[in-house]
Amino acid sequence: MSAINLTTTLKHEQFIEQVSRESGQPVQQCYQCGKCTAGCPIAFSMDVPPNRVMRMVQLGLRETALSCNSIWLCAYCSTCSVRCPKNVNLAQVMDALRIIAGKEKRAKTARARHVELFNRNFLNSIRRYGRLHEFETMTMYNLKSGQPFKNADTGLYMLSRGKLKFLIQKTSQMDQVKQIFARVKELEEK
Amino acid sequence: MKFSYYPGCCYETSAREYDMSSQAVCKKLGIELEEIEDWNCCGSTAAHSTNHLLALSLSARNLALAEQKGLDVVAACAACYQRLAVARHELNGDPDLLARVNSVTGLPYTASQRVLSMPEVIASYGVDNLRARVNKPLTGLKIAAYYGCLLVRPRSIQIDDEENPHILEQIMECCGAQPVDWHYQTECCGAGLGISNEDIVFKLVADILEDAAANGADCIICACPLCHFNLDLRQAKINKKLKQKFNLPVFYFTQLVGLATGVNPAVLSLHTHFINTKTIKRKYA
Ligand code: SF4
Ligand code: SF4
Repeated sequence: MSAINLTTTLKHEQFIEQVSRESGQPVQQCYQCGKCTAGCPIAFSMDVPPNRVMRMVQLGLRETALSCNSIWLCAYCSTCSVRCPKNVNLAQVMDALRIIAGKEKRAKTARARHVELFNRNFLNSIRRYGRLHEFETMTMYNLKSGQPFKNADTGLYMLSRGKLKFLIQKTSQMDQVKQIFARVKELEEK
Repeated sequence: MKFSYYPGCCYETSAREYDMSSQAVCKKLGIELEEIEDWNCCGSTAAHSTNHLLALSLSARNLALAEQKGLDVVAACAACYQRLAVARHELNGDPDLLARVNSVTGLPYTASQRVLSMPEVIASYGVDNLRARVNKPLTGLKIAAYYGCLLVRPRSIQIDDEENPHILEQIMECCGAQPVDWHYQTECCGAGLGISNEDIVFKLVADILEDAAANGADCIICACPLCHFNLDLRQAKINKKLKQKFNLPVFYFTQLVGLATGVNPAVLSLHTHFINTKTIKRKYA
């Protein structure tokens, strides 16, 4: 690990403030016991263990915290949150970091990009139909992630069991769904 | 008993067994489900990972539609349950946020009605009442009850203890089945990572299957389409990739309640599983 300069600056303070606000969590309460990491089912595949992500936030290390894989791989299982002796809802902190990193288009590694792409396709389906259209979402995901035949066996199996529908089920009052997306955008840009 | 029913986007496709068996069991027990008219997707992980206000608003629209009917809401899918219940919890305690969300949806939601999961609805029928309705007990069937994450975490919406829940075991005991003690009841299956980072899910699911098998389970039950997808459909892939020989049918708990209470097996969709359910069907259907 490379050396990290810990001189606190306004920039650091701003990041700590931002994550605390967006997650609604008292991030300074964490005393680094590591219980979150011990129980995290995904930690084995993360580049930075959850308790270290917390520490980065506490120190205001914006760049490092927002560029790790962990915030994308976190499955929001909330095991860490229910076990934390300091009542920090770490899943919520991970969510906040993911949201900030997403807005800044920071999903760079293959693992992170795949999660981000999947989420984006999923939301596109809701934006268009009000509901998830599994078949289209999967196909688009496969195409855009550059693996057109990924999960083809899964698709075939689902088809054979009557579990794939090509017909699109729509919410009928799509104007209401469109309004949700539009209003959120408007309010966030204010 | 009557509830507003939120089927969720997978109800006709990957989770059709859950939708069909939930509807059939509720009908059998005299629990009325009225589908929320013109519902939309709860937003799932994709929304809450992207934008907090968007996630709340997508769920709130459904809850507002249900509220107009004055009924408590039940979601079959555990993921939908968690999203709707979390939204209701957050909005119930925060008038400013509620006002903001209502200005997004344009619907006057007040966060009054409760949001329930399917296990809670079946359990609310009452242990003795349910036992009295069982006419085809699942005697000798050893089941591993798998809760995953979404029903028991986070704390604000949990339906039972986060480390040692019993509600599904209780329902299964009423049905005459024999729940096994095991360690992976509430471990995460990886959920949507199955699509984006499948290799991670292989490991998580293999551990779950291994522990269920090691503790003598004949099958696993669950209450979540994501869990079902990962445990059932990926099982064969795991066998191939990790050189294993798992052969554990994975049921939605409502399918087994259906069998035990004499619901016509044809409407429980037992034939659409990936891991063959024949041996169990032959014995208990
Ligand atoms: S469990 Fe809580 S206090 Fe302990 S390291 Fe994790 S976040 Fe910090
Ligand atoms: S919520 Fe995320 S960080 Fe916490 S235990 Fe689950 S996967 Fe790990």
